[in-house]
Amino acid sequence: MAKKNQPDSEMLKGTLDMMILRTLVGGDAHGHTIAKIIERTSEDVLEVEQGSLYPALHRLEDRRWVSSYWGASENNRKAKFYRLTAEGRKQLVRETSRWQQMTRAIGLVMGEELAGSGGE
Amino acid sequence: MNWRRFFRRKRADAELMQEIESYMAEEIVERVARGVPAQEARRQAHIKFGNSSAVRDTLWQQNTISVLDKTGRDLRYSVRTLLRTPGFSLMAIGVMALCIGASTSLFTIVQSALLKPLPFRDPANLVMVYERYRLNEFPIWYAVVAPGDYLDWRAETHGFADMAAWTPWNFNLSGEHAELPEAVRAGGSTWNFFSLLGVRPTLGRTFSEAEDHWGADTVVLTWDLFERRFGGNPAILGKQIHLSSKPYTVIGVLPRSFRYPNAKVQLWVPYQSVTPPEYLHSYAYHTSHVVARQRPDVSLANAIAQVSNVQARLHAGYPNQAVSEAAIPRTLNDDLGSDVKKPLLLLVCAVACMLLIGCLNLANLLVARGAARQKEVAIRGALGAQRWTLIREQLMESGLICLAGGVLGVALSIAATRWMIGTWKDLPSASSIHVDGAILAFASGLVFLTALSAGFLPAVSSTGKPVLAGLQASVRTVGGSLSRTALRKGLLTVEIAATVVLLVASGLLLKNFLELRATDLRCATDNVLTMSYSLPKQKYDTSDKVTAFHESLLDRIALLPGVQAVGLGETVPGTGEVEGDVFSIPEHPRSSGEDLSIALVRRADPGYFRALQIPLLSGRFFTRQDPDVEHRGNKVIINDAFAQKWFPGENPMGKHLKVPLWGDGEYEIVGVVADTLHQVNAPPSPTIYLQQLEGSVLHGTLVVRTAGDPLLFSLPIQKQIAALDSELPVSSVLTMRQIVGESLGDLRLMTSLVLAFAVLSLVLASVGLYGVLSYLMTQRTTELGIRIALGAQRGQVLWLILLDGLRPALFGLGFGLILSMAVTRVIRSFLYGVKPLDPSVFCIVTLTLLAVATLACIAPAWRASRLDPMKALRTE
Repeated sequence: MAKKNQPDSEMLKGTLDMMILRTLVGGDAHGHTIAKIIERTSEDVLEVEQGSLYPALHRLEDRRWVSSYWGASENNRKAKFYRLTAEGRKQLVRETSRWQQMTRAIGLVMGEELAGSGGE
Repeated sequence: MNWRRFFRRKRADAELMQEIESYMAEEIVERVARGVPAQEARRQAHIKFGNSSAVRDTLWQQNTISVLDKTGRDLRYSVRTLLRTPGFSLMAIGVMALCIGASTSLFTIVQSALLKPLPFRDPANLVMVYERYRLNEFPIWYAVVAPGDYLDWRAETHGFADMAAWTPWNFNLSGEHAELPEAVRAGGSTWNFFSLLGVRPTLGRTFSEAEDHWGADTVVLTWDLFERRFGGNPAILGKQIHLSSKPYTVIGVLPRSFRYPNAKVQLWVPYQSVTPPEYLHSYAYHTSHVVARQRPDVSLANAIAQVSNVQARLHAGYPNQAVSEAAIPRTLNDDLGSDVKKPLLLLVCAVACMLLIGCLNLANLLVARGAARQKEVAIRGALGAQRWTLIREQLMESGLICLAGGVLGVALSIAATRWMIGTWKDLPSASSIHVDGAILAFASGLVFLTALSAGFLPAVSSTGKPVLAGLQASVRTVGGSLSRTALRKGLLTVEIAATVVLLVASGLLLKNFLELRATDLRCATDNVLTMSYSLPKQKYDTSDKVTAFHESLLDRIALLPGVQAVGLGETVPGTGEVEGDVFSIPEHPRSSGEDLSIALVRRADPGYFRALQIPLLSGRFFTRQDPDVEHRGNKVIINDAFAQKWFPGENPMGKHLKVPLWGDGEYEIVGVVADTLHQVNAPPSPTIYLQQLEGSVLHGTLVVRTAGDPLLFSLPIQKQIAALDSELPVSSVLTMRQIVGESLGDLRLMTSLVLAFAVLSLVLASVGLYGVLSYLMTQRTTELGIRIALGAQRGQVLWLILLDGLRPALFGLGFGLILSMAVTRVIRSFLYGVKPLDPSVFCIVTLTLLAVATLACIAPAWRASRLDPMKALRTE
């Protein structure tokens, strides 16, 4: 009997999926690289939890937004590489525009509040 | 949800492990490259990654279809629990197999006998039409139709699309050179009969209108006869076969599915070829069954009203003949199944009752198990198991039991059905009964229902109580769980009540059967052999020849050593044959408007009454003294019932009878004999005996009373017949005892089946009682230990437990007896020798149930009274 102990996991999952897809635009990568890229590009603000990375990857594969194959890593180890599919690319576009709308909306709300409080 | 992923979960998991491994390797390499020592790098990498099994868990669940997974787990779990208690499982499966098997068998037969459409075109539109009398004293409701009536109905009414008639007949079938003679049943059908039913012959054709006349010599074979006697060779078409020494040309073979009216009818000839021309337009010569096809635009009531109008007119036109007043319809299925419908319904009720008891028993057993697993359930509940999960698991268990029972039961029922078809002779279309899709669907439905009903109550009752209470109760119980005990006792009460109803019903039927079997037919039944033959008309064409045959046969048999008496008639008492005629008494002129008088008509030769030891009350028997055969027929003998009814307080001797159907002559009463029973479960009917040896009677049933085992005489007697006529087949070689047994055959089967169900139910109920009480006792072990330790006497403890068990038994008995009184009304029509509220049956049932209940209770009670208080206090 699994208990869901992360009430906001849905939202996190969504953004993680989007970021994974974005990462793969630069080329195929395996799990470790994907995590590293996300961490580095976010200037180490975002830490990718392994507990959600792999389920997310499998979920994306399940939805056919990424495909996978076994290859050799930079250190010549066997690793599973993920590649963005055409489907995934479309999804990324959709997600990105949704995200931008969302951040703009949130920004508008937050910005006004801040401006108001600053004025007093 | 992804099915592919679900079934490839293992592989996905392995891949994930590999991925994790490669991740770790990368992480370690990275750290080592930064100058961290290998050991420390590995540690840090592990810390960074966190719990790898948690990742695997998450993914595993992500890939899982929960319903399927849960079901699979429940299934595994249930199988394991059931295997852990093989005794319980086997018993439960056995109970269910019996219940489901019995009900499936009966459903098979009910479906074939009562529900399945006949193999005719549009059978729902076919009806039988019978004549209907208003006479009260004669037990005929649906009277067969006279040829004249049929012809008038067909010509003068237009309510039916068409009407056809058939009449039963008997032939001696033999080859062209009189080889292999055999007696066969046949039907004489009007030319439109087969086309009306929509039956096309498999080979050849059926009768044409021109062929339907007196002296016609064409015959249509049934498929059975075609296969059996002619090897299925189509070359028989156009060939001749001999029926009662007369050649007939085979013109067709009917399809395999055609077994109307039953499988015993082997061939068909034209209607008018077996209806003598002098009777063709008779309104009183009742021989024919009329089948009619309804018109779509005319209601049945309207069509029948038209026929009834014609019949009422005929009735008015022939006031002195047996012409009925009206017509009455009956569906074909009812017509064929009328004799089995009621017994089958009774059996269905008995089986439903047993099924109920089986379900209750299973439920009870499951409740007991639920109680034993109380702690387990409580702990699982405490660990977070949802109530629905627990219920589902228990339902799965009862489902598995019922499924296993169902599979076994269906196998059992296939065997049982075969046996029943062989034993139950009156069953129509017996050979078409087989297990098919509908029956399997029925069995599955039954399994589902029983599983649900037997499993649900215990499952609900054993779960869903507060966790703490459950845990506490299992630690130290003194009072036991009251509510559950009440539930079990309630179930038990219902179970016992149902058992009592079954026991009472079966007891009544059994007593009824025993009484009927012991019925005194009021004639000799020990050491009496009977045997029938029919003389072919072609060969025995004069009354001298017929009489000479009968007389010389009787003389020859009388000379056989060991034969005490021999007689000849058309039938014997106890066969249930009902053949009657309308008569009048010239000495008692009938007032107009009075109903016609009707009586059974039997034939007897001079030795018949002596052979059957039927006493003569007054007058004399028939004699052979009158050498003028023609005048022998003018004397009749009546029975006591006849004399009482129509000659009360006067001497019937020398009075006369007029029977319109026999001509204008008057028949003089020369003797009165004692009553016999024409049927074991009917009172004696007024009967007229006619002289058998008057020259025109071709059919004969020999009655031979012997000194020893009558069956030993069958061969010597058949040799005497063969010595007189080697081509003459003999049929129905039976002792009088066998005749009585035969007429009760189905009653015997029905009685033994209901009895079997009742005994089975009794066993089930006592097992239930025993189980409940044993369980209660184990629950109360501590309490009893304290009682004994405090000085309770063994005897007191014994009584305590015994009464605890007997209480539901007594309640059940009470309810059951009350219910039985209502139920006996339903089976009243089966009971002839017994009153529905027969006190002895009710007493015996009560005593039996009490005895069995006490027996079931005594073992646990005894064990309770022998408890060692120290051990008892230490348990748990």
